[in-house]
Amino acid sequence: MIVKLRKLLFAAGAAGALSLPAVSAPVVAWAADKPKLDSGDTAWMLTSTALVLMMTIPGLAMFYAGMVRKKNVLATAMQSFAVVCLVSVLWMVLGYSLAFTQGSAVIGGTSRLFMSGLALDSVHDLAKTIPESVYMSFQLTFAIITPALIAGAFAERMKFSAMMWFMGLWSIIVYAPIAHWVWGGGFLGDWGVLDFAGGTVVHINAGVAGLVCCLVLGKRRGFGVENMAPHNLVLSVIGASLLWVGWFGFNAGSAGAASGNAGMAMAVTQFATATAALSWMFAEWIARGKPSVLGAISGAVAGLVAITPASGFVNPAGSLVIGIAAGVLCFWGSTGLKHAMGYDDSLDAFGVHGVGGFVGAMLTGVFAVEAIGGDGKKGLIDGNAGQVLTQLWGCLVCMAWCAIATFVILKLVDALIGLRVTAEEEVEGLDINLHGETVH
Amino acid sequence: MKLVMAIFKPFKLDEVRDALTGLGIQGLTVSEVKGFGRQKGQTEIYRGAEYAVSFLPKIKIEVVIDDVLVERAVETIRKAAGTGKIGDGKIFVTPIEQAVRIRTGESGIDAL
Repeated sequence: MIVKLRKLLFAAGAAGALSLPAVSAPVVAWAADKPKLDSGDTAWMLTSTALVLMMTIPGLAMFYAGMVRKKNVLATAMQSFAVVCLVSVLWMVLGYSLAFTQGSAVIGGTSRLFMSGLALDSVHDLAKTIPESVYMSFQLTFAIITPALIAGAFAERMKFSAMMWFMGLWSIIVYAPIAHWVWGGGFLGDWGVLDFAGGTVVHINAGVAGLVCCLVLGKRRGFGVENMAPHNLVLSVIGASLLWVGWFGFNAGSAGAASGNAGMAMAVTQFATATAALSWMFAEWIARGKPSVLGAISGAVAGLVAITPASGFVNPAGSLVIGIAAGVLCFWGSTGLKHAMGYDDSLDAFGVHGVGGFVGAMLTGVFAVEAIGGDGKKGLIDGNAGQVLTQLWGCLVCMAWCAIATFVILKLVDALIGLRVTAEEEVEGLDINLHGETVH
Repeated sequence: MKLVMAIFKPFKLDEVRDALTGLGIQGLTVSEVKGFGRQKGQTEIYRGAEYAVSFLPKIKIEVVIDDVLVERAVETIRKAAGTGKIGDGKIFVTPIEQAVRIRTGESGIDAL
């Protein structure tokens, strides 16, 4: 009887000890060092990654494809698709390491070349509650869409081979460094430049590169004279809608967590986008007499672009202003500015992404509030007017590097293999000449 | 036998077809075509770029008719396809040398 009681007491004591892990944690020292993965954060970031990939294929692919002439629709969609494939491999080999590993203030290191050392339990310092494989994949989708956006500027006239060379080189020489500067531990982040989801890294970058491309390649044959109307805007509506939905992954996913920040980013994204679409629509209604479908969807994309850098730092009130500014200014950027300057930015990569990205980045400096963005991240309305200047510096640095490097890469590819298709190929169409296919 | 070719506004097709059936004419060929005469096209605007679309969609019908019915057929088509506005279209009549029904081999008016 007493032996049984001792055994019972022993069992009870053991059970009691095992059920008090929290109390005993300080004794077990290793538990504090190991990062605690959060399954909610991880699930959300896995989802966001898929959403942002969807933005490129088929979102951007369709958005752009619908806007070109029928003879070029396949080639245009192919540009987005091919960029997905090419950049994914380059990111794995080199891009991720250059962007997101410890290196200098200017460029990352080589510690993740070929994803070496990426293990099941690896964690990146910038996203401690999710596996590094997820963080890396999420960042990959950004590395993919940025060059894909540029294609809008040189639509209907660039050789496929030249485009592949250009995109590959650009991804390593322009995207990776700028991502490092702003997000990956580089000097722009250190200066305090606020860019939540890629106003500078993605949109100003793609927009400026687009502008350089359209200036270097020149206008399409028959520009201003021939009918270059979009052949199927239904594709563009579908594409823009996929961009909108996917953008929740882009902005809310940039919170890196399933959190209040993500929720607020989602909310301000929705408000800015809707407001921008309405602004463009009304601006066009007043200026041209009719609100066009292309205008409405372009306005939405402009809003998405502009809210991107601000999405984790502003409150809904700020997002409305950002939306209105984006709608109106990008409408001007894609019409008035483009016609005044005379360049053929075919699908308005600069007009929407360049102008919108700049507007958004600057207004981030105005409307950022500590209550949303956290510790010290605040703009003009929160008493920190200097943030506006910081944002301007960040934009100018990115624009400068992007413009110069893009120009050099283009000239190099042109010298080696030529950038543009022949006149005959351009008139007959890229689909049949570059890919041997047509949509009948 | 004559080939009567009429080009007119697409929304008038059903009316023309019914009117010709009323005359006893049993078959015709329809094509979707584009064209312009005195009717100016539309202006489309895409992000501020204006495009004048001068080719307008039209319907073309071709029907081979016995000589005795041609004049009435032309008048019937004219009434059914007309709206009174510019862009109503045109009718052309050309002679036909031979007509053959593929299934039976009948030729001439019997083939119509």
